[in-house]
Amino acid sequence: MKYVDEYRDAARARSLASAIGAEVVPGSAYAFMEFCGGHTHAISRYGIEDLLPPAIRMIHGPGCPVCVLPVGRIDAAIALARNPRVTLCTYADLMRVPASKGDSLQKAKAAGADIRMVYSTLDVLAIAAAEPSREVVFFAIGFETTTPPTAIAVQRAAAEGLANFSVFCNHVLTPAAMRAILATEGEEGVRLDGFVGPAHVSTIIGTEPYRQVAAEYRKPVVIAGFEPLDVMQSILLLVRQVNEGRAEVENQYIRAVRPNGNERAQAAIAEVFALRDRFEWRGLGWVPHSALRLRPEHARFDAEVRFGLETPSASDNPACECGAILRGVKRPAECKLFGTACTPESPMGSCMVSSEGACAAHWTYGRFRMPARLAS
Amino acid sequence: MCLAIPALVTELLPNDMARVSLDGVTKEISLALVEGVAVGDYVILHVGYALARLDAAEAERTLALLDEAAMAHLAGTAA
Amino acid sequence: MDLSHGAGGRAMAHLIADLFQAEFGNEYLAQGNDQAAFDVAGGRMVMTTDGFVVSPLFFPGGDIGSLAVHGTINDIAMAGARPLYLTASYILEEGLPLADLKRIAASMGRASRDAGVPVVAGDTKVVERGKADGVFIATAGIGVVPAGLRLSGDLARPGDVVLLSGPIGDHGVAIMSCREHLSFDTAVLSDSAALHGLVAAMVARAGSGLRAMRDPTRGGLAATLNEIAQQSGVGILLREAAIPVRPQVAAACELLGLDPLNVANEGRLVAIADRQAAPALLEAMRGHPLGADAVEIGEVVEDADHFVQMITGFGGGRIVDWLAGEQLPRIC
Repeated sequence: MKYVDEYRDAARARSLASAIGAEVVPGSAYAFMEFCGGHTHAISRYGIEDLLPPAIRMIHGPGCPVCVLPVGRIDAAIALARNPRVTLCTYADLMRVPASKGDSLQKAKAAGADIRMVYSTLDVLAIAAAEPSREVVFFAIGFETTTPPTAIAVQRAAAEGLANFSVFCNHVLTPAAMRAILATEGEEGVRLDGFVGPAHVSTIIGTEPYRQVAAEYRKPVVIAGFEPLDVMQSILLLVRQVNEGRAEVENQYIRAVRPNGNERAQAAIAEVFALRDRFEWRGLGWVPHSALRLRPEHARFDAEVRFGLETPSASDNPACECGAILRGVKRPAECKLFGTACTPESPMGSCMVSSEGACAAHWTYGRFRMPARLAS
Repeated sequence: MCLAIPALVTELLPNDMARVSLDGVTKEISLALVEGVAVGDYVILHVGYALARLDAAEAERTLALLDEAAMAHLAGTAA
Repeated sequence: MDLSHGAGGRAMAHLIADLFQAEFGNEYLAQGNDQAAFDVAGGRMVMTTDGFVVSPLFFPGGDIGSLAVHGTINDIAMAGARPLYLTASYILEEGLPLADLKRIAASMGRASRDAGVPVVAGDTKVVERGKADGVFIATAGIGVVPAGLRLSGDLARPGDVVLLSGPIGDHGVAIMSCREHLSFDTAVLSDSAALHGLVAAMVARAGSGLRAMRDPTRGGLAATLNEIAQQSGVGILLREAAIPVRPQVAAACELLGLDPLNVANEGRLVAIADRQAAPALLEAMRGHPLGADAVEIGEVVEDADHFVQMITGFGGGRIVDWLAGEQLPRIC
């Protein structure tokens, strides 16, 4: 695949690994957080940590919209799906996320709820148009990458006068989450030297929103492409910034990220959504100005208004360390439930359900690090 | 986060749609979020929408930078 | 298809005669009894049973009928055995178009004849609308093992090699391409095939070097290798760069966020073999149309944790785990 395979090249990986090893200052330790779940997945899937010098520790961030969705929101979606008039459309990622009392969208579907997995909001519009007697609700999740497709769907529904379409909006914002993590750093937070910034969120929002974060907290942010060589090159750039005492925003993903981002997408988001005062994030608690809801003029497409949805406050299993893991304070193996009560077959928290989650990634890829001689 | 993949635009379709190909796997996707996309361009595809046009020149530059970092290191260690 | 077709009366007799006997046409079914009688070859025999519930019923490269024949034959063949006879039992949903059933029966008949393994007994039942996904097929098969050959999943030993007969992921991607709301277009065909000819070539050439064989169906290569590792109490180490995946299959998996290692195959086999026998086995495999792309993909190692690990194409290491449930596409 063009523009993909070149960035997975093993020979370049070895050279980059040596280059990183050479730039690491002897005796120093570096802790970088890759914010985005897609980067967590790449690091695990390609075994990047085997190629990094031991001085560098990668901390898995909360950039997985499935992982940070509070249980109460899933409970609300399941309750909605149980309404016999409702067809709930969702991305497949949400199907197995554990809700309260061991329930999940998948279990609700098995019990007869009309829940349909979709690949795109285009599919949801098609279902709504084809089945006018059904109340079609889209369970919207995602950071700024996934928000514009929801915005376009609402605009299309408005233009076409679709009367049976609505959105249960759980879109969240990246810079706000980065701040929330940095704000707790040092208390029980872990020392962070910089961020590997999200690839595709940045195609939408550009590089500017990270400047404030970098300046305020004096941490470098390198926006990294999605492929393993991108991640390694970004780590090299972060090491350099730390060594040189810089705290800048650098764009490694120049082939897809422009400084201003995608203005068309930003306009669509602004037209459809407004900022919530605050939103509860699993693991981070209540974070101000970190999430979106539909604007009042689009209230008829807002499932929370249309169905009078209440989000019950639900808590996680007290022993579940998803919160600490999402903040980078604990590692998966340090959670008492990891590997015992909490496994991919019986996930306790969403860090284990989503393949982007730190616990799932560790389970699937990293439980046993190979001896050095096998990796060479 | 966000699973997105570079895909080649093979055909422009009505209603702001396009057909793209990934190594022969084709799909109809929306161009509602991008402008000025032509057949032969690569776009970043996420949940059925093009999010950005991939800049071929910048892609080349990225690979060149990768190689430069590697070369510089090798030169440095060639003592 | 309506309920009278399963009730044992004239409608059923016609159905059986018209559709099944016409398509499967062999001396056993022609006798019209509820059972088939044959002489036993003597020696060690194997028997298997399988159920087929695939949806959609018709997919690029096959259908539930051909899949049922291939899958059952393959279960027998993985023991190194020569398949002899099959049976097929149909649970038909009321409302299933007769044209579909005829198409399935024709496909099964063809697959059975091409493989040289007759369907010698069968049964049909009809259930109410909504109680079966169009049609479910349950099969049984028997075969005979060549003297002296004993293959089993618990016989893998450190030092053995892992051989794969061809590219992975074709069947799963072909099925997914039919799923509503995943709509992508691809030329990928299911790899559904009967492997007993390939197996016979391998056994003839270097049977004594074989330890175990298995076809990586549901759960893909990852599930199969983990099963064997557990059964044998060993670890397995793979090299990603050696594992063949067709470009379109790789692309479809990228699009949906799937890992080809977890995607189903229906015409591939994995063989664990003594290292010394590997060159001969690979030569035998490559000489057969279904093994043209056969390759060594890894080795069996000591490992108290029984992990299947892989050196990635990128150079790092990772675990290749069993999946908890069905692999679902992801946006994240």
